[in-house]
Amino acid sequence: MERSLFSYIWRHSRPEQVVILGLVVLAQVFYFMSLTVPKDVINNGIQGNAFKNSPTIPFLVWELDLSLFLPGTVIRFFDGFQVNQLQYLVVMSFVFLGAVIINGQFKRSINTQKGRMGERMLRRLRYELYDRILRFPPAHFRKVKQAELATMIKDEVEPLGGFIGDAFVAPMFLGGQALTAIIFIMLQNWMLGIIVIVLLGVQMAIIPRLRKPVLVLGRQRQLSARQLAGRIAETADGVHEIHIHGAANYERADISERLGKIFKIRFDLYQKKFIAKFWNNILSQATPFAIYLVGGYFAITGQMDVGAVVGVLLAYKDLPSPIKELIDWDQQRQDVQIKYEQVIDQFQPEGMMPPELQAIPDGPPPPLGKELALAGVVVSEDGRVKQLDSVSLTLPTTTRVAVIGGSGSGKDVLGQVLARQMMPASGSIRIDGKDFFQLPEYVLGARVAYVGQDTYLFPLSVRDNLLFGLKLRPVAPATYDDATRTLRDAFWKESERAGNPPLDPNADWVDYELAGATGPTDLLPCVVKVLKQVELDEDIYSLGLRGTVDANARPDLAEKILKARHTLHGRLKDAAYAGLVEPFDEDHYNKNLSVAENLLFGTPLGKQFDGDNLAADPYVMSVLKQTGLDLDMQRMGLSIAETMVELFSGLSPDNPLFEQYSFISADELPNVRLLLQRLGGKGIEAVPDADRMRLMTLPFRYIEARHRLGLIDAEMEGRILAARRAFADGLPANLRDAVEFYNFERYNSAATLQDNILFGRLVYGQAQAAQRIGGLIAEVLDELHLRDSVIEVGLDYNVGVGGKRLPASQRQKLGIARALIKRPQLLVVNEAVAMFDGRTQDRIRDNILVTATEDGRGVVWIANRPNQAEPFEQIVVMQGGRVAAQGTPSDLAAKGGLYTELMASA
Amino acid sequence: MNLNEEVELLKGVPIFSKVEQARLKLLAFTSERVNFGIGQEVCHQGDPGDTMYVILGGTADVLIDTPTGQIAVAEMKRNSFFGEIAILCDVPRTATIKAKEPLSTLKITKDMFYRLVAEFPEMAIEIMRELAHRLEDTNQKLRAATKAA
Repeated sequence: MERSLFSYIWRHSRPEQVVILGLVVLAQVFYFMSLTVPKDVINNGIQGNAFKNSPTIPFLVWELDLSLFLPGTVIRFFDGFQVNQLQYLVVMSFVFLGAVIINGQFKRSINTQKGRMGERMLRRLRYELYDRILRFPPAHFRKVKQAELATMIKDEVEPLGGFIGDAFVAPMFLGGQALTAIIFIMLQNWMLGIIVIVLLGVQMAIIPRLRKPVLVLGRQRQLSARQLAGRIAETADGVHEIHIHGAANYERADISERLGKIFKIRFDLYQKKFIAKFWNNILSQATPFAIYLVGGYFAITGQMDVGAVVGVLLAYKDLPSPIKELIDWDQQRQDVQIKYEQVIDQFQPEGMMPPELQAIPDGPPPPLGKELALAGVVVSEDGRVKQLDSVSLTLPTTTRVAVIGGSGSGKDVLGQVLARQMMPASGSIRIDGKDFFQLPEYVLGARVAYVGQDTYLFPLSVRDNLLFGLKLRPVAPATYDDATRTLRDAFWKESERAGNPPLDPNADWVDYELAGATGPTDLLPCVVKVLKQVELDEDIYSLGLRGTVDANARPDLAEKILKARHTLHGRLKDAAYAGLVEPFDEDHYNKNLSVAENLLFGTPLGKQFDGDNLAADPYVMSVLKQTGLDLDMQRMGLSIAETMVELFSGLSPDNPLFEQYSFISADELPNVRLLLQRLGGKGIEAVPDADRMRLMTLPFRYIEARHRLGLIDAEMEGRILAARRAFADGLPANLRDAVEFYNFERYNSAATLQDNILFGRLVYGQAQAAQRIGGLIAEVLDELHLRDSVIEVGLDYNVGVGGKRLPASQRQKLGIARALIKRPQLLVVNEAVAMFDGRTQDRIRDNILVTATEDGRGVVWIANRPNQAEPFEQIVVMQGGRVAAQGTPSDLAAKGGLYTELMASA
Repeated sequence: MNLNEEVELLKGVPIFSKVEQARLKLLAFTSERVNFGIGQEVCHQGDPGDTMYVILGGTADVLIDTPTGQIAVAEMKRNSFFGEIAILCDVPRTATIKAKEPLSTLKITKDMFYRLVAEFPEMAIEIMRELAHRLEDTNQKLRAATKAA
């Protein structure tokens, strides 16, 4: 990138700058008019100077004066209209108004174009900076803080956008304005002109000097703000460490120190700014002072007419602002130049990847090659410790080789080098004779897969993370209707103007062929296959059961799930499953549902009837009143309150039992106890109305089978059922969308797949009911060939920031699956299974080896335990950054030495 | 069976017999009722455990693994409890308990048990007393046995 901001701006916005400059020059004509017309208005229109000799003068004379070339020759096209003084005044006033309006229009048009150009350049600059992040050498990320990168692209280049529009135009425009005004003044009186010029010169010399310290402080402010952003991000990243080590106050001290420094910088800045402002004001008022004095003198002595003095004053009135703005512009120029330099310095580390390596392939990526040859490879982070020391190896890309060694052996570094995560300091790696490091990234991305010890997942769905490695290029363009198409075309045209690539994230980027599928329709089996290989299919299956499917989007699946519900309920009749599930039945009270759920008898959609909102809902209240259930609910509430007071009195308020089991919070319990004492055993009739309402909310959460207070007998069941019917029948139209009623023949889009299949509740207190019914559901889904569809639903699960919504082991498995699904020609597994238990490690290794052997693909397995190497055809033994031995397991065993030692230690 | 009936049952269980009624009710309220079908295992010898069970109804076999296979060493009925050793000290289950008839139990988790004991120390004293009785009982049996030998 150019070191100078100006040449960067000029290179990328030359045509636009030229157009705007043209407009600016044109605008000056009308600006001059708006200055000269008032003079005529005052001298001729008001004072009537031109009308002293004749009552009318010609107006709008159109003539070409050629007397410069041909003396005396004036070609007159039009003699003009004859106007008297009043007419002249009116006409000239309108001319003035017209000039002002046209001048304003020019300004508007110039500002719009400037704004657009500035925003375009800002977009280009931001894109280029981001593009550079993608081409940073991997090692650079160990030195930069991510928050600082973000602040630089987001905040620090922002003021550049505003300046870019003004970079060339402002000095031209303002300079032009100032020059016009000065010329005008000079034309009136050269003495006044010179005085003005001298005073302006003084201003322009002194003010930038006063502002210099402001600039220096501004730079410090930028740096300190950037570091503050980095520090805050560090706090968020390391918050667990801070709590574990009780270092919160040390962190506070650090931040307070930084904020103090920032305060000092900012306060100094204010002081310096206002000093500069003060002098600026004094100096700019010195000129009118001179004009009043000298101009007044000329007017009195008759050397100048009053109109000219007023004209000069008017012209001068417009002069300080362009001059001031010019000075401002100059300051801004220095400021943004510094900002620009400070930013781009951070974005040109050594060893950046050339853009060609990240080109977009035209078609399917070519194969990798047959043989990787490492010759004398040395890796050394800081030039002293050699992590790899002259490693020479030949690795056919079809062999399955294990690398074993102790913890400092450099085996993991070798793995990283093979994935280009680390650059050798010397030595070479060639693939079929070509430099491995000159291989385009798409070839590497498609043909080599690398899994390290920890996996980063993007905060997207499981599917998006899994298919991440297949998105090398847009494979099929997105389809748009005509209207959207036009919009998109305009959007891309604009992107190109700003130097952004017209790539469409909505296109289908998934390279199905890499995964062994032909298109989106047959991708699922490939996905399930790799999930099985890493033993993640069960987990995704359970995520799928807990997921929801919209019946409108997937009517086929909804129908099949409904079928599964029927099959399951058929099976549940079997004596082995008796009493494990209480199905939803419109005509029966469900003892395993809460009173609220029994009343609603459906899944709440939205917030209206969700959770505790139900108890406060006016419609629910009206139904209760209408069916007379409100009094029953109050009675139950009183009974629950009595039990709670009996059970939880005497328990300390912070006991977790309160939160887990009590219907009444610890804070409220004393009030309720007081109420009961006042009541002295009298019934609900004696309770004041306000308290009744509170009591009434208690039974909503009551589940007969779980809480066992014996509140709901057969009679009460009947009454609640009546209320359930009244609720459904009287539901106003505007609340129809707030609940999806349970209906055995209908798929419920708001409920999870599992709830849809089960259509009932597990009965409380049945040993292993969850496992047995879970098993039965799995059985039914298998029979109906729905297991894969459930996994497909599970793929929609969002893994959260950094994949934190998945347990660490599942994250890692997903990372391995992401590498496997592209069926890489060479797979590098760098101690990636270390976090699993021993048996899982071996099983996943065997699964990977079996498929790789079938397809003739290569695997480099950096073993976290030496005995993992047993089934590999080739083994490399490393020690101290060097290759100690290499060969087949039997060869190595025969030789003994380090290999035998390592194998024995495992 | 509702809460009050469960409390009546708990009162009949030796270690809980002297504990205040309100405390027992809290224990019952916060504990889960678990039913086992015939042949279902409540716990398995050797497995880690952190819950104790009080039998509210039905019978269960106590089975011990021997080199020749499982043998039934005892039978437990209503009011019996088991698994208290697992709650008090971390040892694996010392026997397998299997439902002989449909078995209804109250499952008391270790957390719940400790929380209640911490909250109401008098409960701890009652339990200590009961365990001391049992120890004394065992000692007497041991003395009788050694004398006989």
